[in-house]
Amino acid sequence: MSLLETRALTARYGDFQTLYGIDLDLDAGETVAIIGANGAGKTTLMRSITGLVDNAPGQVRFDGREIGNLDAAEIVRLGIAMVPEGRRLFSSLTVEENLLIGAHGRQVDGPWSLGSVTALFPILAERRAQSVTSLSGGQQQMASIGRALMSNPRVLLCDELSLGLAPVVIRDIYTAVPRIREHGTALVIVEQDIGRALSVADRAYCVMEGRVTLSGRPSELSREAIQAAYFGTASPGTTVGAATEAATGAAA
Amino acid sequence: MNPLDTLVQGVLLGGLYALFAAGLSLVFGIMRLVNLAHGDLIVLGAYLILVIVSTLGLSPWLAALIAMPPMFALGFLLQRHVLNRTLGEDILPPLLVTFGLSIVIQNALLEGFSADSRRIPAGALETASIDLGPVTVGTLPLLTFATAVLVILALNALFYRTALGRAFRATSDDPVTARQMGIVPGRVFAQATGIAMVVVTIAALYLGTRANVDPTIGPARLIYAFEAVIIGGLGSLWGTLAGGIVIGVAQTVGAAIDPEWQILAGHLAFLAVLAVRPRGLFPRAVD
Repeated sequence: MSLLETRALTARYGDFQTLYGIDLDLDAGETVAIIGANGAGKTTLMRSITGLVDNAPGQVRFDGREIGNLDAAEIVRLGIAMVPEGRRLFSSLTVEENLLIGAHGRQVDGPWSLGSVTALFPILAERRAQSVTSLSGGQQQMASIGRALMSNPRVLLCDELSLGLAPVVIRDIYTAVPRIREHGTALVIVEQDIGRALSVADRAYCVMEGRVTLSGRPSELSREAIQAAYFGTASPGTTVGAATEAATGAAA
Repeated sequence: MNPLDTLVQGVLLGGLYALFAAGLSLVFGIMRLVNLAHGDLIVLGAYLILVIVSTLGLSPWLAALIAMPPMFALGFLLQRHVLNRTLGEDILPPLLVTFGLSIVIQNALLEGFSADSRRIPAGALETASIDLGPVTVGTLPLLTFATAVLVILALNALFYRTALGRAFRATSDDPVTARQMGIVPGRVFAQATGIAMVVVTIAALYLGTRANVDPTIGPARLIYAFEAVIIGGLGSLWGTLAGGIVIGVAQTVGAAIDPEWQILAGHLAFLAVLAVRPRGLFPRAVD
């Protein structure tokens, strides 16, 4: 049994249905990438898992427990933390206060504390008394990751870590990923930057128009199959359905 | 008129208005809720203290301490079960509901205590004064002002030094992301309103010991409190004290010129500040 799984997950965003039956599995300690174009439903999927979008109880399970209908505050208490798209730091809190509030709902013994988070991102220690609005985009992303780590999550969801950041900054941030994995934390990395996501992932899911169109180990996914699954524009002779079948066959 | 004396009396009166306003400022700062029943809740607190004083024969100070836990509970439950349901994109529901609450409280007090004005007996303190050389100040107004400063110091410490204060500020910034930190906004709002009701109880103590109270005076207290909050700049508690002082001084100066001008002068000062500084004297930095 997986640590985190979604089964036939459907979700609406406003008046529109955005997810049409997503099956996702995440094992303890595993890193999974979710790739897909803008509007594919990646963020709604994250919001469903973290309880910001309400679902039927059994559509999301964590550690054997049905959590689809729990509130966001209860879900973080169980050990699923989120680095939200756009960082969403609290602007009236200092850098250190933003980190501390990450542990508000879940205070458990674990590898992550103010000390170890600022050791991972030393700039946060330097700037600890400043307002987060004075940080650069990359530093804000580090603060947002640190804030999520402060709850010592069993699963860390990262939504668009690289959005709006310069490549050199993205590289810096991704160097932290292996160090987070070292402690056994399972990761879900949502990205539009496919190469970056596949380089750190054990497995990947490609999402298009609210459906999983492709999944498998990065080494098993051909460039053409990903392209087809990502854009829906298949190269000659390939359809999305065929790509899915191929991927499922490869995984099996 | 002795200008220095007038000024000092005005500043001390501002302490009372700051006490009226501090709870309003706290609630507005955290959940953008304007509680139109705030003045009536102060009057309700004054009657509660009065009942405790007259039935148990306690001093008003002890009675206010006893009144704090039930007032906290009232605020907590009111927010949790009534006001939280009104919060949302639309600002009208909280205004309508608290306006209705204001009428309910006034009429309930009228039923329970009649329209007669009452006063919380404070013994010799009511008339005691301290000679400070050029001016003589009433002990009670001085205590009021000192309490206002202490209340604001305490609220600032709560806001900037405690985990609860951190949760208050985070929820005020971004309630959705706050939920992802394990914060339940509805509960945080209930705690905030509970704390505001403790401040209301302190305001009620001074309202009731310094002057007569009857069930209808709440809305006027609300207006002074509201003006103090706006003059000071939304979200700044020290600004709220400054706003209270501006109104207090304006009223005292107005009264010194002609007693009929007291209330009008306060409102004119409010309009004058708004004309010059529309965002108040100490607006919180734009975020």
